[in-house]
Amino acid sequence: MITNFILAPILMHMFTAIVLLFFWQKVLVQKIISIVGNSIAFLLCLRMFEMTMSNGYLTLQLGSWQAPFGITFIADTLSAIMVLLTALVSLAVGIYSTASLNESRIRFGYFFIFHFLVMGLLGAFLTGDIFNLYVWFEVVIISSFILLTVGGKKRQMEGAIKYVTMNMLGSVIFLTAIGILYGITGTLNIADLALKVAQVENTGLVTVTSLLFFVAFGIKSAVFPLYFWLPSAYHTPPSAIAAIFGGLLTKMGVYAMLRVFTVIFQPDYFTLVLFSVIAILTLLTGALGTINKKSIRRVLSYLIVCHIGFFIAGMGLNTEWAFVAIVFYLIHDVIVKSNVFMISGVIVKMRETVDMTRLGSLLKDYPKFSFVAALVLFSLVGIPPLSGFWPKILLFQETFKQENYLLLAALIIASFVTLFVIVRIWSEAFWKESPKPITEEIDHFESFPFSGKIALIAPIVGLAFVSLYIGLSANSFMKLSEKAAYEMKNPEIYIENVLGAKQ
Amino acid sequence: MELLLVILVGAFYSSGIYMMFRRSMVKLLLGLLLLGNGANLLIFLIGGITKGKAPIIKPENNAFHEIYADPVPQALILTAIVISFALTAFAIVLLKRVYTTTGSDDLDSLNVQDLDI
Repeated sequence: MITNFILAPILMHMFTAIVLLFFWQKVLVQKIISIVGNSIAFLLCLRMFEMTMSNGYLTLQLGSWQAPFGITFIADTLSAIMVLLTALVSLAVGIYSTASLNESRIRFGYFFIFHFLVMGLLGAFLTGDIFNLYVWFEVVIISSFILLTVGGKKRQMEGAIKYVTMNMLGSVIFLTAIGILYGITGTLNIADLALKVAQVENTGLVTVTSLLFFVAFGIKSAVFPLYFWLPSAYHTPPSAIAAIFGGLLTKMGVYAMLRVFTVIFQPDYFTLVLFSVIAILTLLTGALGTINKKSIRRVLSYLIVCHIGFFIAGMGLNTEWAFVAIVFYLIHDVIVKSNVFMISGVIVKMRETVDMTRLGSLLKDYPKFSFVAALVLFSLVGIPPLSGFWPKILLFQETFKQENYLLLAALIIASFVTLFVIVRIWSEAFWKESPKPITEEIDHFESFPFSGKIALIAPIVGLAFVSLYIGLSANSFMKLSEKAAYEMKNPEIYIENVLGAKQ
Repeated sequence: MELLLVILVGAFYSSGIYMMFRRSMVKLLLGLLLLGNGANLLIFLIGGITKGKAPIIKPENNAFHEIYADPVPQALILTAIVISFALTAFAIVLLKRVYTTTGSDDLDSLNVQDLDI
């Protein structure tokens, strides 16, 4: 179905950002505009998700230039899922940021940049043109640079330089890969590329190009040898920023990988083995990194790396059920990862620290918050029936069926280490007695006004309910993932929808 | 012409990566700039260098009859240059800020003790 509606969520965020420009110094007005903008964008994304579910693909050829000559926007099931997740997380984090960030950061234009970041994410999920994907990536990374570095102290600088350098390097590699791909095919449209790449006789060059894409997206999504910037950058910014980064930015790399390696390139044996090896190493290094860390934020940063391994593992298996598991895991991971970072932010408000040795007795002082936090933390592990359980079991089954036992071992080790560190966070931060008495000066949470407390807690509770809902009605989410996976395994539907039935 | 460009692209990439491995922040920045320009030249080169006319169809024709230059690589490079301007400007400001905070050009001086708070 051809529709202009596909641009609506993107334009909504751009519009919100521009309106925010006029209220540069007025913090309260900015907060209200941001919440309103996020809510409308969320409704638009929900509508788009419904339309994609009922009509199949949504496409838009900009300026009525037919593909492959014009710029295409396309939403399939995977895109629609990602767009809805982005809208949900950005709404939650947007509400959370109104209370958790200090005023000087908002005066620096936090909300303005935040909306541009979300706009870039939505654009990247919806574009059907590889060069446009690059441009949206740049919109996202330059926004993320600003969010990460504004108001930075020395400790933050080291992470920021690593982050900026690695992302710029990743962009150059991405651009190089696009250049070579254009050279061998003469097109930039993803659907058209899929047809042309299959005809290229020099398969060696195609494999090399596909691996360049893998390296570029691997830098963004933090896979094994390229992840070192993430733990040093993600534990320093305020928790609202870390939440949107941890939840969505790395997943954008995963999404781009899925798109490129299902539609454009059909991975050969060598690529699949490489994926499996990288997955094993990512899972193990990410898991080992969490073990000796005392700071909750650092543990969570390494867990992001560790769980990226699940996606790469699924891509290494390259079967339809593996893709079902990946899509389901994406749904679960985006929601839960951003939520755990928001919880770490609330813990900072309550105790001034996220160092596990100095935390304690949160369960006694804040029982209701602790139960919600437990729900979220344990759905990250995948205790049944919480949301992490189903995709993990699916992935284990599929790995077992494909007789890839090394990968299975790595997946199980990674899951056990996740369980171990989450239980440790629970017992250290929530359960044990606090090592020192909590005074009024330490506990900033009580000093928040009621509306501030609501803005901090409501998004966490909301996302926790969403992950509980995913776990309890896993059947419908399984159907959704199956639909997305079917489309990913049959790219000719995608190609037909972009180029028309004549192909 | 092609051979010259091939050598130039190789030189840009290799010197860019070499510069990025240095400890100095200025060299890091120069390395990133060289890499970006190398990528732009690569697109230009690999998009096919044709000595031909601009891709404009005369009113009396309805298709191209003579060799024409492909406009897409130029459009791509133009976009990429604009983006890399923005990124470079940001990186310069960031490095300037780091320099005023630490008072040193050496990236190793940033390695603070891992406090793990």
